Amino acid sequence: MAGPSTGRPPRRSRALGSAAARLVFLGPGLGYLIVFLIVPLALVLSYTIFKRGRFGGVVYEATADNFGRLFDPLYLDIVISSVRTAALTTLIALLIGYPTAYVIALLPRRWKTIALIAIVMPFWTNFLIRVYAWIILLSGPGLVNNALTGIGLIDKPIQLLYNEGTIVTGLLYSYLPLMILPLYAAIERLDPQLREASANLGARPARTLLSVTLPLTVPGILTGCVFVFVPCLGNFVVPEILGGGRSIMAGNLIRDQFLKARDWPFGSTLALAVVAILIILLFLQAWVSRAYGGIEGRRA
Amino acid sequence: MSRIRYTRRLPAAAIAAGLVLALAACGGSSSTSADGAAPSAATDQLNPNADLSKQSLNITIWDGYSPKDLPQRVKEKLGFDVKVAIHDTNEMAMAKLATNTDSGIDVGFVSGQYAQALNEQGLLEPLHPELIPNLANLYPEASQMSFDKGNKFSVPYTWGTTGICYRTDMVKTPPTSWNDILNPPADLKGKVTMMTTERWLALPALKYLGDSINTTDDKQLAQAKDLLIKAKQWGMLYDDTTFGAKLDKGEAAMVEAWDGWCPTTNPKIKFMVPKEGSDLWSDTMVIMKSSKNKEAAHAFINFILDPKVHSWVAENILYKVPNKAAMDLVAQNDKPLLEKNAPLKMTPAELLKGESIIDLGEASSKYTRLATEISAKQ
Repeated sequence: MAGPSTGRPPRRSRALGSAAARLVFLGPGLGYLIVFLIVPLALVLSYTIFKRGRFGGVVYEATADNFGRLFDPLYLDIVISSVRTAALTTLIALLIGYPTAYVIALLPRRWKTIALIAIVMPFWTNFLIRVYAWIILLSGPGLVNNALTGIGLIDKPIQLLYNEGTIVTGLLYSYLPLMILPLYAAIERLDPQLREASANLGARPARTLLSVTLPLTVPGILTGCVFVFVPCLGNFVVPEILGGGRSIMAGNLIRDQFLKARDWPFGSTLALAVVAILIILLFLQAWVSRAYGGIEGRRA
Repeated sequence: MSRIRYTRRLPAAAIAAGLVLALAACGGSSSTSADGAAPSAATDQLNPNADLSKQSLNITIWDGYSPKDLPQRVKEKLGFDVKVAIHDTNEMAMAKLATNTDSGIDVGFVSGQYAQALNEQGLLEPLHPELIPNLANLYPEASQMSFDKGNKFSVPYTWGTTGICYRTDMVKTPPTSWNDILNPPADLKGKVTMMTTERWLALPALKYLGDSINTTDDKQLAQAKDLLIKAKQWGMLYDDTTFGAKLDKGEAAMVEAWDGWCPTTNPKIKFMVPKEGSDLWSDTMVIMKSSKNKEAAHAFINFILDPKVHSWVAENILYKVPNKAAMDLVAQNDKPLLEKNAPLKMTPAELLKGESIIDLGEASSKYTRLATEISAKQ
């Protein structure tokens, strides 16, 4: 691991030059973050303590009601069930994504590129269209039902759409690439000699996977999990289209507060609650990553 | 390999997460509005002979809800420019119009209950009927709607009702009551939809119970909730955007629908209004008090009410217009269109049996909660 630079102290002019250069390079990024992340978040944060305006917006009278409503079982249940759905999706994405990423990482260079393009390709199509495509696949007179009746597995079309399973399927399909890519990056970077060494020392492939590969890719696993979990929790399109409007997730709840109920303060409070959950998860991820990164770091 | 590569990811992930949420959570600008302001009595003196070519208009309307060439036609006929802004929903229009500052919009197209709410905030210009001679083209019933009796601040652009739209080849017994959609036969499971927008979600249950669709009575709303939860537990689906297409393709058999959205051009599809009655909705045109082009705004509304312009709506979007001269023109030009689309033939008297949805102010949150409770029920 690279320690702090022990070379001779940089000359004054160079230090100044690099400070100016840093500012130039950091400027656009920082400006973007301030305008599009810090300011909106600060606004959301400030809305949480005010009263709702009749047509949306806020009335600047302080109140703590919004936080009290957060613990209303009605909303609490929705948030908990969304976390469950998002967690289930993330788990399945990991189970499918890890072997996929592993295989891609072992492919010859040319095939690697092709495989990675294939993974990213769905993103080139509009999200809504991809979600709607599932309706065409799964509907009563749809492709899957036709195929199943065609080969005689079922007598008449079965109801595949509009349940919890379809929502998880839709979310999984949408966000699986976000799991595969960081996993691929983590596995690909592993020194193959480690696996060889493990084999030379008598470990079976399963043992090597469990004791060498998996622990060393934990940071990649966690990154992938966060990348999948976060958008799942905020998604409101999939539950609406593939869930037949029968279930509601945290994303729908927040969207509805702004666009239907015209209750911006409570919408902000809900958004803040979700942000709080995410921040906790990110800290957890950073903490675990650091622990495992440490193991890996000692090797170098 | 250094650990720094992993920890660097943290800010990236945090930013991605934060951005998604910030974007999802952040609407437009903040707007504050005082509650319950009385409609203002002071009216601008308008000059009937004003030089309209010195004025220009900004309007806000739903996409595809007016002829594409409307600005050119206004320019040719009346001599001023019209810029068209689009809103997707009433709520988005309100976000623009209900600010205390000048929104820059002169004429807004919003549903009746929203026009009522804007007026209660004192944001609308009382209409000057002498500047809109084409008001005479409207049916007398068009000034009887309860959100604005006498068209004091709004002119209806379209009107219609909500009913049951169904496939005659899939539904064995034609529906007669709201109970038929709240409590459908078992063989239709997975093929029945109701609307998700809160006031229309509650409508079938409230009407079936014999209550007003504007009720704020907790007991009545609780009874409605029970019926709606039973319907959901039976297997109801919810859709207020694609029900027409689903019905057309046979993926749905029976849906709660707005009359204009029921694809009755398909001969297997019928529209009916249940015996318990339904609503009377209307999308209206309003002039903002903040407008500096009020003469042009009146001339614009007058132009819309011209039968040759207004009939476009009925012929192209299949919505009824409250304009007798325009509907007569449709009947004269395109009789088959009316024959094929039964909802277009509903008379104003039939429509007026429906109850207008009015803005409920603070109590509207009861309907939001009702809708959330239905959605959250497993």
